[in-house]
Amino acid sequence: MQLTLKIWRQKNASDKGGFATYPVNHVSKDMSFLEMLDVLNEELTEKGEDPVHFDHDCREGICGTCSLYINGKPHGPLQTTTCQLHMRSFNDGETITIEPWRAKAFPVLKDLVVDRGALDRIIQAGGYVNVNTGGVPDANEIPIPKTIAELAMDAAQCIGCGACVAACKNASAMLFTSAKVSQLALLPQGRVERKTRAEKMVAQMDSEGFGACTNTGACEAECPKGISITNIARMNREYFSAVISSDNL
Amino acid sequence: MILDSKIPAGPLAEKWTKHKFNSKLVNPANKRKYDIIVVGTGLAGASAAASLAELGYNVKAFTFHDSPRRAHSIAAQGGINAAKNYQNDGDSVFRLFYDTIKGGDYRAREGNVYRLAEVSVKIIDQCVAQGVPFAREYGGLLANRSFGGAQVSRTFYARGQTGQQLLLGAYSALSRQVANGKVKLYPRSEMMDVVMIDGHARGIVTRNLITGAVETHAAHAVLLCTGGYGNVFFLSTNAMGCNVTAAWRAHKRGAYFANPCFTQIHPTCIPVSGDHQSKLTLMSESLRNDGRVWVPASKENSEKLRKGLIKVSDLKEEDRDYFLERKYPSFGNLVPRDVASRNAKEVCDDGRGVNETGEAVFLDFRDAIKRDSKAVIESKYGNLFDMYKQITGEDPYEGPMMIYPAVHYTMGGLWVDYNLMTTIPGLYCLGEANFSDHGANRLGASALMQGLADGYFVIPYTIGDYLAQTPPKKVDENHPEFAKVAQEVKNRVSQLLNINGKKTVDFFHKKLGKIMWNQCGMARTAEGLKQAKAEIKALKKDFWADVKVLGTNEELNLSLEKAHRVADFIELGELMIDDALNRNESCGGHFRVEYQTPEGEALRDDENYAYVAAWKYVGEDQEEELYKEPLEFENVKLTQRSYK
Ligand SMILES: Cc1cc2nc3c(=O)[nH]c(=O)nc-3n(C[C@H](O)[C@H](O)[C@H](O)COP(=O)(O)OP(=O)(O)OC[C@H]3O[C@@H](n4cnc5c(N)ncnc54)[C@H](O)[C@@H]3O)c2cc1C
Ligand code: SF4
Ligand code: FES
Repeated sequence: MQLTLKIWRQKNASDKGGFATYPVNHVSKDMSFLEMLDVLNEELTEKGEDPVHFDHDCREGICGTCSLYINGKPHGPLQTTTCQLHMRSFNDGETITIEPWRAKAFPVLKDLVVDRGALDRIIQAGGYVNVNTGGVPDANEIPIPKTIAELAMDAAQCIGCGACVAACKNASAMLFTSAKVSQLALLPQGRVERKTRAEKMVAQMDSEGFGACTNTGACEAECPKGISITNIARMNREYFSAVISSDNL
Repeated sequence: MILDSKIPAGPLAEKWTKHKFNSKLVNPANKRKYDIIVVGTGLAGASAAASLAELGYNVKAFTFHDSPRRAHSIAAQGGINAAKNYQNDGDSVFRLFYDTIKGGDYRAREGNVYRLAEVSVKIIDQCVAQGVPFAREYGGLLANRSFGGAQVSRTFYARGQTGQQLLLGAYSALSRQVANGKVKLYPRSEMMDVVMIDGHARGIVTRNLITGAVETHAAHAVLLCTGGYGNVFFLSTNAMGCNVTAAWRAHKRGAYFANPCFTQIHPTCIPVSGDHQSKLTLMSESLRNDGRVWVPASKENSEKLRKGLIKVSDLKEEDRDYFLERKYPSFGNLVPRDVASRNAKEVCDDGRGVNETGEAVFLDFRDAIKRDSKAVIESKYGNLFDMYKQITGEDPYEGPMMIYPAVHYTMGGLWVDYNLMTTIPGLYCLGEANFSDHGANRLGASALMQGLADGYFVIPYTIGDYLAQTPPKKVDENHPEFAKVAQEVKNRVSQLLNINGKKTVDFFHKKLGKIMWNQCGMARTAEGLKQAKAEIKALKKDFWADVKVLGTNEELNLSLEKAHRVADFIELGELMIDDALNRNESCGGHFRVEYQTPEGEALRDDENYAYVAAWKYVGEDQEEELYKEPLEFENVKLTQRSYK
């Protein structure tokens, strides 16, 4: 295949940035999208030009490191991660536009690499159960109905990639935050602190500059792990019941 | 130097309890006076950093990733072992110990492995308390499966994403300590070297990957939890960023490197599809519980299949060779990884491979779907089947998967004693980065167990013994050693940037990978290894003369990052070759063609090689020195592993 790539290039956080166009030949349909970029980068390096910087690591769709806004969609045309997207999803001769995640809370560091530290800080605000190592009960002393465990697992599958934020016109992080709030609210281990958790995590989310949720559902449609917006509804319930009867007085 | 493993005396089952009691304690009020550096935030690093911070120590945690949650542990699929015996099927701490020692082909320490089995049960309790959503039965209790060569069901799992859920559990504990101010986190920071003062590790030098700033950090102890080095082969199931740099730098400062040639080749990976390939994808081994491995019984049929002249469905039952079931009737498709991998290679070398390259065998679910229904198989492996389809474009519900072995895990690593301390006082090594518990072959679902055992339940005890003997006075970052090592790091950066050669970093990495895979992979010979050694020496010279590293230090610079790592991989590659050449026996993942039984199984030489090979770095381009730690077996009898 032969393709034309329109790629966002930006030297660093303070650079204005802009698009550059590159032809790539020798693309096979079996390549992953990132392998196609590897080919481009080898060519650029050989010519002495700075390779295109992008984040990636596992290339198995699980670490959440890869990003890329491809032809106007986070992670491209399929509901998967960019590393799991293959060139068979594109046509010979096509022009592909590649941009970084765009959100106030995700500043661009270089080219397609953004800083998603805000998501870590949301977890630090309360995305855990307050237990120390050791001194916990035997694992089977906490029976959990299979259906509840499965629901918690559905929410726990979030890979923290930030596509939900990139997909949302308000750059809201509700889907990400609600996935963690839901997982822990569903499980008996997390129930003890459910009120303070929801309050603190939502407050952190707001202070990081993520936008409000207006229920457009774009996040769910683009989430590579199929995290459902029912989690947002659950978080809203948690949050409002917490605010009404707050333990944080 | 005599390698003292510090295994406590006394009966196996009492060693750890006694050792904990005999270890010195740091007074609770003094803990806050000690600083500890943890490099790496995978299962080992995150669990250690969180647990040590909970105890009151000040922790600085470093990762080259943008977030601790991205560590490669996240990718583990299948599960984690623990000797809970919830299934009432005869499991026990002793059985898990025994299986691990035997699975490792008797090249691990009894004392370490027993402790691992002993603390395994607490890991599951801890993870459940954190909210890790393990799979459950309808009654609400935890579910188990049998995994990779075990005859009991002791593996706990969270769908096909066990590593993810365990890491997110450890990450949540770590995040909690970040919020409490007890852990300071340094993401996108790569450790470049260890700083030693008076023979003790007292800090590290890092490079900020965004700004290029070379920084120094002081502490009373340093923990390396930096993962495995499988990427020395270029293609492996490891994440792209996995590297040996932290361990290698420590090695060059005096930490011995143990059993570097012990690598694990995993039997169930998606075969290589072309030269563009950047990594290989593992299909969880749990698939071998229900999938049957086979190739056509005749070369003729394999060839026809490869050419597309016949379809899989044209092959009748008697045309198929279920080679694992045939050769190993009692373990069948569940033989350990090294055995399964070698057999796949054998049938492919015999001309019976099934894909275009001739390097693939079938993993077939036809019979399982017939027996249990598609819905049951989907509920067990749905995400793996989807992943397979996404990558290959083929539907494994319709026809068999194709698999081939790939580099997966490194049993070798920095030598550590029972306290997880390296040969450098104050420098510890945890998780896949150390060599300790898996001998010459790791059993499935045991790496997650080891990483968390080291971090949650071993280091919190053993580090106290060292710190209690270290004055709590702040380590002075103005000590000239810090500036000296930082300058050395800067010099290396400029050296790389100034070569201005013609070949890209990946060119060298791929070339190294080919040499390693061909000569130091699934089958090794003295002759091939000697040839590989010469090739690597030449490659190293070429690298330092002709590599092209673009850009500057003061920016996010991927080719510079990679260049550092590949330079270290090249040196490690040579040591792996030396180690493989030294070990004139076959054991576990180390198969020397010259040493095999008449049936083609690995032939150990317990008389001469029942030791840990620990290598000491003595200087640039000099042959490393070998130190032997003899392995003593008091509780198990060494036998030829047999899975017939
Ligand atoms: C695809 C796959 C599936 C697997 N499945 C299983 C399974 O089912 N069961 C099982 O038991 N095991 C499994 N394993 C093995 C297991 O996942 C790993 O051995 C284990 O997770 C390693 O954990 P770790 O904490 O030692 O290292 P890692 O998780 O690799 O973490 C290394 C950390 O060190 C950091 N780091 C490294 N170098 C530096 C440096 N120089 N400076 C700063 N930071 C650095 C990294 O950023 C990272 O945070 C699997 C492995 C793979 C590849
Ligand atoms: S909710 Fe989905 S899109 Fe958002 S961070 Fe998690 S996995 Fe990514
Ligand atoms: S690189 Fe890990 S999810 Fe894409």
